[in-house]
Amino acid sequence: MEYNASTLLPLAPEIVLLSAIAVILIVDLFLDQAKRFFTYGLSIAALVMTIAAVMASGSEHSQTLMYGAYVRDAMSDVLKISLLSVGIFAFIYSRAYLMERGLFRGEFYTLGMLAILGMMIMVSAGGFLSLYLGLELLALSLYALVAFDGKSKAGSEAAMKYFVLGALASGMLLYGISMIYGGTGMLDFAGVAKAIASGETDKTVLTFGLVFVLIGISFKFGAVPFHMWAPDVYQGAPVVVTAFLGSVPKIAAFAMAMRILSQGLGGLGPDMGWQGWQGMLVILAVLSVALGNVVALVQDNIKRMLAYSTISHVGFIFMGLLAGAGKGYTSAMFYTIVYALTAVGAFGLLAILSRKGVEAENIHDLKGLNKRSPWLAAMMMLMMFSMAGVPPTVGFFAKLFVLDALINAQMLWLALVAVAFSVIGAFYYLRVVKAMYFDKPISQAPILAGADARIAISVNGLAMLYYGIFPASLLTLCQAAIQSL
Amino acid sequence: MISLSEYLLLGALLFVISVAGIFINRKNLIVLLMCIELMLLAVNINFVAFSHFLGDVTGQVFVFFILTVAAAEAAIGLAILIVLFRNRRTIDVEDLDSLKG
Repeated sequence: MEYNASTLLPLAPEIVLLSAIAVILIVDLFLDQAKRFFTYGLSIAALVMTIAAVMASGSEHSQTLMYGAYVRDAMSDVLKISLLSVGIFAFIYSRAYLMERGLFRGEFYTLGMLAILGMMIMVSAGGFLSLYLGLELLALSLYALVAFDGKSKAGSEAAMKYFVLGALASGMLLYGISMIYGGTGMLDFAGVAKAIASGETDKTVLTFGLVFVLIGISFKFGAVPFHMWAPDVYQGAPVVVTAFLGSVPKIAAFAMAMRILSQGLGGLGPDMGWQGWQGMLVILAVLSVALGNVVALVQDNIKRMLAYSTISHVGFIFMGLLAGAGKGYTSAMFYTIVYALTAVGAFGLLAILSRKGVEAENIHDLKGLNKRSPWLAAMMMLMMFSMAGVPPTVGFFAKLFVLDALINAQMLWLALVAVAFSVIGAFYYLRVVKAMYFDKPISQAPILAGADARIAISVNGLAMLYYGIFPASLLTLCQAAIQSL
Repeated sequence: MISLSEYLLLGALLFVISVAGIFINRKNLIVLLMCIELMLLAVNINFVAFSHFLGDVTGQVFVFFILTVAAAEAAIGLAILIVLFRNRRTIDVEDLDSLKG
C-alpha cells in the first residue's frame, strides 16, 4: 500500500479534530478569563467542522486503511455524526454551569474533544490495537473530567473510583485480547474472524479470551454485575460532566461491542454448537434490566436514579445485540443513539436548573417546575417519556424495535422480561413528571439560562418528538449502516 | 527451554495477584495503583510469550503501546490521588464511602 494524501482522505474527520484540539489548546493559553468565551465557540465550531468532514469524506464502499487498523464504513459514519452531535449538546449545556462555578476553563473543552477523538477512533477501529488506544484516550480524558472540580470532595472520590475500576476493566480487556492473540495469531478483526472460521484454532484459549473481553465490554457499558462504578461516578461528577460521560461513550461502547463481538468473534456464536457470547450476554442483559429498574425506584438523587436507569437501558441494548444480525443489530444501534440523545438532554436540563451554589440533584428540586418554567418542564417531560417508552416520543419506537427483533429471533421470554421491567421502570420516570406538574415549588427563584442552552434544550426535546413521529428517518440510516458491515 | 505454558502460568499468576490486590487491599490507594501496573505487566508477559512462540512481532508492538498507556494512566492516577488527598486528607480505601445508595 502506497501512502499519499488521497489514501488518508477517509481519516479526514480525525485529522480535522486533532488539529483543532491542538490549535484550541494553544489559543486558549493566550486568552484571559474574560475572553474564554472564544475557546467555547471555537470548540463547538471544531465539532461542527468534524461533522462536515465526516459527511464530505464518506463514500458508499467501506474502506480499510493503515494495514487494517482503521475502517471507514457506513456504520462508522452514522455513529461518528451522532456522537459529535450529542457532544455539541453536552458542550452547550456546560457553559453557564461552569461559568457560575469558576470552572470555565479551556481544559474542559479540550479534554472533552480528546474524549470524542478517542471515541471516533474506537468507532473506526479495525483491530484490537486501535480499539485499545481509542478506548484509553477516552478513558483517560474522562477520569480527568470527573475530577474537574478540584475542590469537590465527591468529585475527587468519584474520579478515584472511576479510575480504579476503569483501569481494572482495561486490564481485563487486555488480558482477553492477549488470549485471543495467542489463539489466532492475529490482532485485526478480519484476521481473527478468518482464523476462527478456518477451525484450526484452540477453542479453549479463545473461550477464555472471550470471557475476559466480554467483562471489559460490560464494564465500559456499565452492565450488571460490572455496574458498581456508574451510580457513584454519575452522582459525584459535576452534572455537566455526567451529561457528557452518561451519553456519548454509550455510542462508542456500542461500536466496540459490534466490532469485537460481531466482526471479530462472530464465529464464536451459537452455531458453534454451544452458547458462545450470546449465552453470556443473556445473563448480563436480564440482570441489567432487572437490577437497574428495581434499584432506580428507591433513589431520591436524580443523578443516581438516572445512573440506574442507564444500567437498565444497557440491558435493552444487549438484548438488541442478542437478537442477532440484521434486525437485532439495527435495533440496538437505533436504541443506543436514541438513548444518548435523551440522556444528554435530561442531564443538560439538570445543569440548566442548577444555579450558583445550588445543585439540582434531588427529585424535590424539580417540584413545581411547571410553575417556574412551563417550557423547560415540557422538555423534561419529553425526555422522561422517551426514557420510559411512552409514544409518541422516540423512546417508544426504540423499545418497540428491540422487542420486535427479539420476537423475530424466537426469544419471546426475553421480550417478556424486558416489557415487565420496563413497566416497573415507568414508575420512577413518571414520578419526576408528577413532581414537576403536581407538586408545589419549593423555591421561586427564576431560572437563569443562557439563550444557547435554551435553544439547545428545545432542539433536544423536540428531537424526541420529531424522531418519534418520523422514526424511519433514523431507522433507515441504521439499517444501511448495519447492512454494510 | 522454558515452554509457552510456563510463561502463561506466570502471566496468569501475576494477573490474579494484582486483581486480588485490588479487591482485598482495604488500606492504601498507592498499593492499588501498584496493583493496576502489575496487571498491565502481567498482560505484557502474555503478549511477549505468545509473540515469541507464534513467531509474529505484532504482539511485541502491542506491548510497547501498553507500556506507554500504562505510563499515562499512572500519571492521571497519581494526579487524582493528589486531588483526593487535598480534599480529604486521607488516602485510605475505607474512607472512600461518601457516595453510596
